[in-house]
Amino acid sequence: MINKTYFFAFIISLFFLTYSYADNNSKNIQVNSHSNYQILKQDFKKPGDVTKACLTCHTEAAKDIMKTSHWTWSNKTDKLPGREGKIYDIGKKEGLNNFCISIQSNEERCTSCHIGYGWKDKHFDFSDESRVDCLVCHDTTGTYEKFPSGAGYPVGGDHGSLKGKESVLFKGNKKTYHKPDYGLIAQNVGEPGRENCGVCHFYGGGGNDVKHGDLDKSLLNATRSIDVHMAIDGANMNCNDCHPAKNHEIKGQLYSVESEDKNRVSCEKCHTETPHTGRLFTDKYDNRYNNKLRERKAPEKTFEHLILDRHSKNIACQTCHIPHYSKVHKTKVYWDWSKAGKKFTSGPNKGKPLVLKDEDGNVIYNGKKGEFKLAKNIIPEYFLFNGVAGHTLIDDKIDPSKEPIELNQMYGDCNSKRTKIWPMKAMKGKQPYDPVNKTFVYVKLFGKKGSGAYWSDFDWVRSATEGMKYAGKPFSGKVDFIETKMYWPISHMVSPKEDALKCSECHSRNGRMKDLDSCWIPGRDRIQIIDIFGFLSILGVIFGVLIHSSLRLFFGKKFKK
Amino acid sequence: MKKIKLYSIFQRFSHWFQFLLILVLAITGFEIHGNFIILGFSGAVKLHNLAALVLIILYLFIFFWFATTGEWKQYILTKNKLYAMIMYYAKGIFKNEPHPVKKTELSKLNPLQRITYFTFRFILIPLMVVTGIIYFYSSINMGVKVNPVKLISIIHTIGAFVIVSFVIIHVYMTTTGHTIFSNIKAMITGYEEIPEEED
Repeated sequence: MINKTYFFAFIISLFFLTYSYADNNSKNIQVNSHSNYQILKQDFKKPGDVTKACLTCHTEAAKDIMKTSHWTWSNKTDKLPGREGKIYDIGKKEGLNNFCISIQSNEERCTSCHIGYGWKDKHFDFSDESRVDCLVCHDTTGTYEKFPSGAGYPVGGDHGSLKGKESVLFKGNKKTYHKPDYGLIAQNVGEPGRENCGVCHFYGGGGNDVKHGDLDKSLLNATRSIDVHMAIDGANMNCNDCHPAKNHEIKGQLYSVESEDKNRVSCEKCHTETPHTGRLFTDKYDNRYNNKLRERKAPEKTFEHLILDRHSKNIACQTCHIPHYSKVHKTKVYWDWSKAGKKFTSGPNKGKPLVLKDEDGNVIYNGKKGEFKLAKNIIPEYFLFNGVAGHTLIDDKIDPSKEPIELNQMYGDCNSKRTKIWPMKAMKGKQPYDPVNKTFVYVKLFGKKGSGAYWSDFDWVRSATEGMKYAGKPFSGKVDFIETKMYWPISHMVSPKEDALKCSECHSRNGRMKDLDSCWIPGRDRIQIIDIFGFLSILGVIFGVLIHSSLRLFFGKKFKK
Repeated sequence: MKKIKLYSIFQRFSHWFQFLLILVLAITGFEIHGNFIILGFSGAVKLHNLAALVLIILYLFIFFWFATTGEWKQYILTKNKLYAMIMYYAKGIFKNEPHPVKKTELSKLNPLQRITYFTFRFILIPLMVVTGIIYFYSSINMGVKVNPVKLISIIHTIGAFVIVSFVIIHVYMTTTGHTIFSNIKAMITGYEEIPEEED
């Protein structure tokens, strides 16, 4: 009898188990409202305590996070072109750029964009799970903020002057940051939204749209003309629609910190490879977006549309469909560190670093950072790119006669299958290097007075000495400046199809492909000598006709019968 | 003077139609080549392709007509009086010397014309058609490892210059007939007045 009851209970529970299992598999996993969980209803003192509470249920989350580059800021590869087989780290941690140059010795400031707490120097414990910052990505209240120079901590965190405080003013932007209401935030966590990703990816480099050019706060409330995918009056897609995550590993990469052709997001995930003549969407995604998109008329099958489809073999979708980037806000396109150091000579700010702004209020000179050029609605530079990028690393010898030095190099040639024409933001600038050792230098920028930090002490030699010493790299004691260039492929801010490039914008002598060293492009290319001989022959013929006819005229009269 | 019928209605139609198509092809072609902007690249490409297609069809008709009427015999190359023709254009024409080759219904083309038109019809135009077709298919077949578009462009462009030069000379040569406009008139009406032979 008892056995029978147990048996039925077993069967029934099995039924429920399979039912709930099937249910979980058929739909996305149902996220319960976190406000029900007792463990989140506590008065959290430290941000790390929130993490510990999260990890009681999400037991693997921190372990997963720690494998990702969002945590490690490292990207080891043995496939750097030209030096395959040796392992190099081309990640953010040791990499160079021509914005703020490097995070080395400046962690305290830079790691406000790290998904962790307390990475203030190279001794950070990357294995401490309580240091993972769950909230910066999963806050849905919009109230969670890390302090800009708090090594990843928000106000109240265990770092310098933040400790025990309720609110702290950050002098850099004159904004007051507050201690987060951890209980409220923790009970309202959810999937990352645009604001979560944007807080770093829109504001990287110290402000809105400084770095990428195709990622800025205009995407929070984008219109179709800015970005058809994220437009609130369009597809209204979220970052993670294209950048899905599996075990916290988020799809996508960028060649500022990547070298290999892997883990890329591509348009073809959702769109077919013949979007101009055939169906716009692949099966998988047909059901995903609103019927408005599905019911769109099938594209016309004209010759022009066929040609456009064929173009996708050689040309990235982005090239035609992102005719401009930085459509709303200005992005930095040039950063000359060599001009840094000027101070106000009069007025209330006398003696402080000079700051100059353009008519829109964008800083174009800062005594700490040098001179900037900003621009918006920028026509990208175009490259033949096969998905493999080289990088100039801190140990690499550079040849100053080859100015500007490319910090990353785009590989591609017109006969390889993977190569396509790609639009890129080309960031130019002048940055410090060691003219004796012929290497770039890490410079200490952020730090207290007397630490050697340039932003406090305004001495490049000391700044480079501290930066290189910190990283254990050789430094000659001399600093000079050199022009550099860095390429950031453009993939966001896809325009509506009406705004896509017209044929003649590339197929013309002085069009967008003017400077691209590529295969033959009709309308752009010619063999000059053939054109010269061709037009000479036409001229010669006309000349001959003129001579012949005037001779006829002349002699015709003379020999008139 | 006697009037002879030189050109049938088909010949005249195909001639002027061909002239129009070549004009369109030349203008759009040089626009595609990047020399000037009239229609815009895509418009020029589309019109060029259309005109080329029509020209190909026209040529099929022309060749069919040649074959069925025996007119192809007009293009049989001959050295006979070739030198005389050259000397006529180089010298005789200035002295109002008589044309060394008489036009008849059976032989409309002088030996120089035979060479020129043979080259134009059976070499130059087919070359342009073939390179054009390859060009067309390589432009809709991008992404292949070896794309001949550069070589094809070069040949096609050279051909275009030759054709333009030909058309200029051809138009001028029409003025060397019995009167300045007699040849053009013949190509419009089909009839040409030819001096009576002095027996």
